[in-house]
Amino acid sequence: MKTLVWLGAGGCGGCSMSLLTAEAPDCLTALELAGIELLWHPSLSALGGAQLLAMLDAMEAGAQTLDILCVEGALLTAFAGQCQTLGGGEPMAARVGRLARVARHVVAVGGCAAFGGVGAADDAGIGGRGLQFDGETPGGLLGASFVAASGLPVVNVAGCPTHPGWVLDTLALLAADALPASGLDSLQRPRFYADRLVHHGCPRNEFYEFKATAHALGQQGCLIEHLGCRGTLAHADCNIRPWHGASSCLKGGFSCIDCTAPDFAAAHRQPLTTPRLAGLPTILPSDMPKAWFVALSALSKSATPARLRHNAQSERLDIAPTPPTGKRR
Amino acid sequence: MSRKILGPFNRVEGDLAVNLTLENGRVAQAQVTSPLYRGFERALVGRPLADALVVVPRICGICSVSQSVAAVRLMQALSGARPAANGERVMNIVHACENLADHLTHFYLFFAPDLAHADYAGQPWHADWAARLASGGPAARQWLAARATLLRIVGLLAGRWPHTLALQAGGVTRTVDAAERLRLLGWLAEVRRFVEITLLGLPIDAMLAIDHPDQLERLRAAGGDSGRWLRAADALGFAQLGRAHDHFLAFAAYGCDGEHPWPAGVWRDGAAQALNLRRIQEDVSHSWYENAPARHPAEGDTRPNPHKHGAYSWNKAPRIDGLPAETGALARQLLAGQGCLRALVAAHGGSVLTRVLARQFEAAWLLAAIERWLRELDLAAPFIAAAPHDAVDGCAAGLTEAARGALGHWATVEHGQITRYQIIAPTSWNFSPRDAHGMPGPLETALQGVADHELSVQHVVRSFDPCMVCTVH
Repeated sequence: MKTLVWLGAGGCGGCSMSLLTAEAPDCLTALELAGIELLWHPSLSALGGAQLLAMLDAMEAGAQTLDILCVEGALLTAFAGQCQTLGGGEPMAARVGRLARVARHVVAVGGCAAFGGVGAADDAGIGGRGLQFDGETPGGLLGASFVAASGLPVVNVAGCPTHPGWVLDTLALLAADALPASGLDSLQRPRFYADRLVHHGCPRNEFYEFKATAHALGQQGCLIEHLGCRGTLAHADCNIRPWHGASSCLKGGFSCIDCTAPDFAAAHRQPLTTPRLAGLPTILPSDMPKAWFVALSALSKSATPARLRHNAQSERLDIAPTPPTGKRR
Repeated sequence: MSRKILGPFNRVEGDLAVNLTLENGRVAQAQVTSPLYRGFERALVGRPLADALVVVPRICGICSVSQSVAAVRLMQALSGARPAANGERVMNIVHACENLADHLTHFYLFFAPDLAHADYAGQPWHADWAARLASGGPAARQWLAARATLLRIVGLLAGRWPHTLALQAGGVTRTVDAAERLRLLGWLAEVRRFVEITLLGLPIDAMLAIDHPDQLERLRAAGGDSGRWLRAADALGFAQLGRAHDHFLAFAAYGCDGEHPWPAGVWRDGAAQALNLRRIQEDVSHSWYENAPARHPAEGDTRPNPHKHGAYSWNKAPRIDGLPAETGALARQLLAGQGCLRALVAAHGGSVLTRVLARQFEAAWLLAAIERWLRELDLAAPFIAAAPHDAVDGCAAGLTEAARGALGHWATVEHGQITRYQIIAPTSWNFSPRDAHGMPGPLETALQGVADHELSVQHVVRSFDPCMVCTVH
């Protein structure tokens, strides 16, 4: 069995709560299947606080093996770490720093532990840092050159919250030593989900193809032009591996805010608003020449079926595709 | 006299430490410390009000929707936006699903494992309990499966849980059709079966008909986990463990068409009284914030000072009419007229028994309410109304009930930008530190006189279902 300790740092606990929504199998079964023994999780453990601290001490001293250290939440460094302490007034960040140096693998669960997350905003005044990034800049609590005993840097399971499958698959791969460094992208996110875009499998794809646009929330059309959808930029497989078996933000009727990115909650992001430069949205696909995008959009718009133009601005799919009539060839 | 610090706590949402002074084997005094500060109230200042819908759910991963609802209510109060009736119903459904999920997560994952502890081995109820309800045991797995089904409902209606943007001032972003409603009712039926067969052992109507403590015999006899729990609670004296001030507070919740099935109010001296929101204040005398007089949250601020002498928590001390107040399912049920709980509280006050039992009554009520709102959806009518586009300046409050109790957001907006945002979460009330008069908070009081037995202290702490990540200001 591989041992796992999960510490809650400066975060909302939402990644843990999301983890518990795992279905078929549930998260406890998934961890068992992966051969992982959960030695401590703040929401699940029967172990008491004093026993926890003693166990962590033993791990730091090398008397007990720590295969996987998961950290959820930002590492808070303001006020000499006094905005989060763990047992007897010691800053949580100090404990995490020591454990990371004895753990075989170190995993940042969620955007807060990966990049500083919502806690990184300067105006919060809490000095929130990621384990190995400050926003998109390498560094963080452990430093850019950190590698865990396994040879991997911190694995950033980014997302706010994380999909339970991203976390459980990452842990299972790590427990089997089956996640190579090449399996991580430039932000150290596992590529098995971060090589996809939220746009892939988007239920609004036909509206996107014809640039049939929603003008207000609740409407069925594409959300890029007016409602700030970042699905074509956001690295995640939300519309391929759905949430809760069948859902996603897009299916829930609202724009992707790119919550696997380091700065998704920053003030400049203006959620549900499309930023523009010289009249053009700036949230277009990143690897397509803008001029081509504009040209193709104009062409698509000129070909938009009346059905899509109408449905795009309706709460319902009022007009159905026309069934084929007459003889089929 | 001796001192003892308990913490970090297991199976608590967020961080908590409790500092006990012991005398003659009992707790003489308790200090409750919230050791985490996250600066949300400051981070919101300077941002457009619309950003609150992205930021505030991320205060809390377990009451994320409640935070969204409070922000939506605040926006509605500021802008005068009138949500579509379907939008209100869906918002209620999503909110009720979260509160139901939280109540049973509390019972099965957070509270139950303490009773499986070896300290209770040999008691007549223990072996059965430990086999079924220990951490990671069969009951927890059954609940995780039912919980996942329940949150499928939230997934369909709000995209995902936690942290949705589906809840907006004008209603919700998701329109439901007839086939989808059938699917939602099907998932709800599965959850209902779990609650009726596994948790209660009774149909929810029979649970809701229990109006007197004598009728709890029906629950004891029913063979569900609630009955098992009542037998353990009887043996351990939970009816007389963990009494606080018997002063309760609730805000209105689940508004729809102008009606609020859960009324706002204060329960004091054994009777419901009107709630005067102007009488709420936050005191920071024992909190790690710059000294200031106790102020209404609409005039409050958050200026951290971790070196303040005499302070011991990042939580502030909210007061109503100058007094601490307990909030949560028990407060709501007392104000809504639940006869059995009113009788139990009249006899022995708020307690570990009544706090946990109140959540189980509420679970039955929530299930029935979710089903009703689903059936009441007018599938041909709008789910979202156009909200006023321009930011509206002013000062307003957004109030609701999270699983753990009264949740309030107070904000001031000038030129479209937030200039003040103050949040009082349920656990801010329940786990309040002392105020300038030295008056302890509800948990601090509830711990006085409890035996120096770690599990007993844990039962009292956990009976409030603390959510420490919400108290981080």
